Amino acid sequence: MESLTNTIHAVPLNHYILLSTIIFSIGVMGVLIRRNAIVIFMSVELMLNAVNLLLTAFSVYMGDASGQVFVFFIMALAAAEVAVGLAIIVMIYRNTNSIDINVLNRLKW
Amino acid sequence: MSTFYFIAFLSIFFSILVISAKNPVHSILYLILTFFTFTIHYILMNAQFLAIVNFIVYMGAILVLFLYTLMLINLNKDSEPVKPFMIKFAGVFGGGILAVALAASLKSLGASDPVILKNPDLGLVKNLGKVLFNEFLLPFEVSSVLLLSAMVGAVLLATKDPKTAA
Repeated sequence: MESLTNTIHAVPLNHYILLSTIIFSIGVMGVLIRRNAIVIFMSVELMLNAVNLLLTAFSVYMGDASGQVFVFFIMALAAAEVAVGLAIIVMIYRNTNSIDINVLNRLKW
Repeated sequence: MSTFYFIAFLSIFFSILVISAKNPVHSILYLILTFFTFTIHYILMNAQFLAIVNFIVYMGAILVLFLYTLMLINLNKDSEPVKPFMIKFAGVFGGGILAVALAASLKSLGASDPVILKNPDLGLVKNLGKVLFNEFLLPFEVSSVLLLSAMVGAVLLATKDPKTAA
């Protein structure tokens, strides 16, 4: 394990921030360009995970364990969010027979 | 050091495949691979507890839930109508602008110190458990209420109501 963790010793913090930024932006793009509700939901998960990675990197950088505890709470929150969100998607499918979000444009006005 | 860049490249590659795959099942499988690369990132930072929780909760529970929902919803008609090209281009452009803006604001920070693990057992279960059950005991208990209410809400939303079903 010691040799494994030695591999990150030369990685600057900026590169972790850059990686998280890129993955977060990919999640934003996924929300903007897809119409399938489940794929949009998966893009949201991608954004949550980018933030988790960044919190962990900062926690290791500062030598403070609170950041990793926060990631644990975010994971619990994500589990709750996924359960409720997928239930809503199932209900939408039952009512409209599709999971295309463009069917749900009544909320727009 | 080069391990990090290789894994980072894999993360970005698979997450691009997640949003560009035509078939939603393929999307979910690529998302599993993406989360696996995140687990490797956690192991590289010696955050062993988070690596295991990420493996069990995300790859084990959440993605199986996604897969089940997708199988329940019958998608065998080639369903997803694609958005027009202009909207897709605008979406990619907007996301790219967001990435560029964040990276540019990062540039103004200047060069940063490397991430060095000062305390090697920072992310071990023993250490995190001490922090979690001392400083964060109340949020921990509240999150159990959150999970319970989410479960009740999900069951309530997803069950068919015999009275209102037309």
